[in-house]
Amino acid sequence: MTDILVYITSGFGAIFVLLAAIGTLRMPDQYLRISVNTKAATLGVGLLLTAAALFFLETSVTTRVIAVIIFILITAPVGAHLIGRTSYFLGNPLWKKSITDDLENKYNKHTHELKGHTQEDEDEAKHNSNL
Amino acid sequence: MNVHDFLYYIILPVLSISSLLVLVRFFKGPSIVDRVVALDLLITIGIGIIAVYSILNDKPTFLDISLVLALIAFLGTVAFAYYLEKRNKND
Repeated sequence: MTDILVYITSGFGAIFVLLAAIGTLRMPDQYLRISVNTKAATLGVGLLLTAAALFFLETSVTTRVIAVIIFILITAPVGAHLIGRTSYFLGNPLWKKSITDDLENKYNKHTHELKGHTQEDEDEAKHNSNL
Repeated sequence: MNVHDFLYYIILPVLSISSLLVLVRFFKGPSIVDRVVALDLLITIGIGIIAVYSILNDKPTFLDISLVLALIAFLGTVAFAYYLEKRNKND
């Protein structure tokens, strides 16, 4: 019975990891690559670790597997957010078929802060509205 | 076909092919951000390979290493992101 569960979880885990690798290779844009990487790889590796827990069926192994899965679930979005933010500030272009860029002209490119939060930006906005 | 054969002849080759595909992106990547993302994914696939390998050798001790690898992947990504952003800021 547990053998069947090990087949299913490890098979789906390998499929999701393969999909993440193909997406990393073929996606046209850095931001899409980061997105694929985070979601599919997290799910695939989580399923592979679950297969290990189901195979051994011991408390110590299950505890370790749960610790690793929770750690990956917490850190993957944080790392993806940081590297995506850096990529935006480095000026890497979006895919040419992307429709909208919600952050366009909303960031101060020198201080890396949202506009309207520093005193200079507020003064500039007031000056522009008086014109 | 038992669990051992299934993991040895199907799962491990699939994981190896996916790490090769990511390695192509790692060498090709137009900018440094692509390389950082590819490195992160390579280490994550390494965690999966360690899980399969611990089943094959029947040694659950190997799972400790996967926790260390997850920590290294996260720290590497955060450190690279911080460094690239600060380098760009002080020009």
